[in-house]
Amino acid sequence: MKINTHTITDRISEYLFTAVGFSSVVFLLLIMIFLFREGLPIFNSVSIKEFFLGSEWYPTSTPPKFGTLPLLVASLSVTLVAAAMAVPFSLAIAIYLSELAPMPVREIIKPAVELIASIPSVIIGFFGMVVIAPFLQNMFDINTGLNLFNASLMLAFMAIPTIASIAEDALSSVPMSLKEGSYALGANRLQTVVHITVPAALSGIWTAIILGISRVLGETMVVLMVAGGATTFPKSIFDPVRPLTSNIAAEMAEASHQSEHYFALFAIGIILFFLTFVFNIIAHYLTQKYKFKYN
Amino acid sequence: MITIKNKAKFYETVFFAVITLLSYTVIAFLLIVLGYIFVKGASAISWEFITEMPRSEMREGGIWPAMLGTFYLMVGSSLLSVPLGVMAAIYLTEYVENKRILAFIRLMINNLAGVPSVVFGLFGLSLFVIFLDFGTSIIAGSLTLGILNLPLVIRSTEEALITVPISYREASLSLGATKWQTIYKIVLPSALPGILTGVMLSLGRAAGETAPIMFTAATFFTPHLPETIFNEIMALPYHIYVLATAGIHIEATRHIQYGTAIVLIVLVLGLNFSGMVLRYRFRKKFKH
Repeated sequence: MKINTHTITDRISEYLFTAVGFSSVVFLLLIMIFLFREGLPIFNSVSIKEFFLGSEWYPTSTPPKFGTLPLLVASLSVTLVAAAMAVPFSLAIAIYLSELAPMPVREIIKPAVELIASIPSVIIGFFGMVVIAPFLQNMFDINTGLNLFNASLMLAFMAIPTIASIAEDALSSVPMSLKEGSYALGANRLQTVVHITVPAALSGIWTAIILGISRVLGETMVVLMVAGGATTFPKSIFDPVRPLTSNIAAEMAEASHQSEHYFALFAIGIILFFLTFVFNIIAHYLTQKYKFKYN
Repeated sequence: MITIKNKAKFYETVFFAVITLLSYTVIAFLLIVLGYIFVKGASAISWEFITEMPRSEMREGGIWPAMLGTFYLMVGSSLLSVPLGVMAAIYLTEYVENKRILAFIRLMINNLAGVPSVVFGLFGLSLFVIFLDFGTSIIAGSLTLGILNLPLVIRSTEEALITVPISYREASLSLGATKWQTIYKIVLPSALPGILTGVMLSLGRAAGETAPIMFTAATFFTPHLPETIFNEIMALPYHIYVLATAGIHIEATRHIQYGTAIVLIVLVLGLNFSGMVLRYRFRKKFKH
């Protein structure tokens, strides 16, 4: 009889774990359903073309204008500039940690970089506002230090730990035998890094960059506090902009429930959801590729 | 020949110097950010600052309600993310045999982790605040943050469970224990420090996130402390954001912004740091 109750407990626990195991899938579906439910109605009053290609975002004017193109351009430009800043530093850290740093230094630098990732974004945004913005304003003699450049700089700082740690994993997983082969042929450490280690880890490095970009694209507080908030197309790197994420955060409080404005903000959420989703899928397939190569 | 070799040696030295310099620049920037905020905000920190209510439209007094609000969100979100996350990780490491299902769920967990935090805010607003009619409240914010933290808990628990040697499980099963008994009595206790790492990291994340609670839980000011889970609350990160960007006293409340930033940094980095130390010790224990 005793054995029997144990078997039953075993069964029940297995069913329970299976159900909960799929919870992430369920939540992801729920997020999609609720974004669509609250976002799609905007297309009853605004055409798809106008929403994606319209260059004016004036949700409270009469008649309101819901063109998201300037916001999308702002998101993409902030992301590109941030990536251009973050990638050299991140790869430097990855190479330094995997090839150069002596063990005791490594054990300090690695957690320090990891700690950057845990700084709340509101703190980075606050620093950009009160320190970097006045500094930029004086140094370049511009109207406002809250602009595309400042936001990109702060976002680059946030993206560095993500890119550096994944790139370092990729570099470290290159088999020792490949490097030894290179040394045996008379190559020095630089030649080995440039011609052997980095090319061998390339798909992993791309994964790192793509995940870094995805993180920057979805970051909200930093751009909300630092990017300046103008809903126009940027003409210079020192112009204020308003990326998609900060637009939702800035306007949700004033959009009344089930109004056109409310629907439009959820539709922007749909854009963000799918942009980051696509980046993650690409990163996933790149990871599969390099895992397959060395296992 | 010698010159070519010297040239190669020269490039190597320069390249490695640049790499080292860039790496230390990032660390220096980290120290500048933290150092600047600490130096500027140190004078604001006092026992009263932490334990008192705000006074005269936030220009004086403390941040007690924001501390309490953040504490409620941390506890509330882990009540969801820890049990679900640990169970999901047990399923992935101990139960799934079909590799395709495993790969699919892992991919979905990564996608959930990649959803922008402000989109979690929209989701929480539409499902918990409006559809389930919880209103802007502790419970709506906690559930939103709990789902946001789920991937983090699953991943660190998975890592902890995988670290426990297979031989532990085999020994238990060979003594006649069932699978559930093996997991409950052998695997989970051995993996506990690693699981606690995930708990610490998720508590830190719940304390530091702003965008997901902006529309679901947080408010600028509450004259009374919350009495039920359906009350809206003040929270540390939102407090910094609002004081620094809105209202008529942006300059007059600067010292409070810095002070709140210090409290938030100490809380979040403290939790993350303890999590990292736990993980370091745990990995060392199972290294042969």
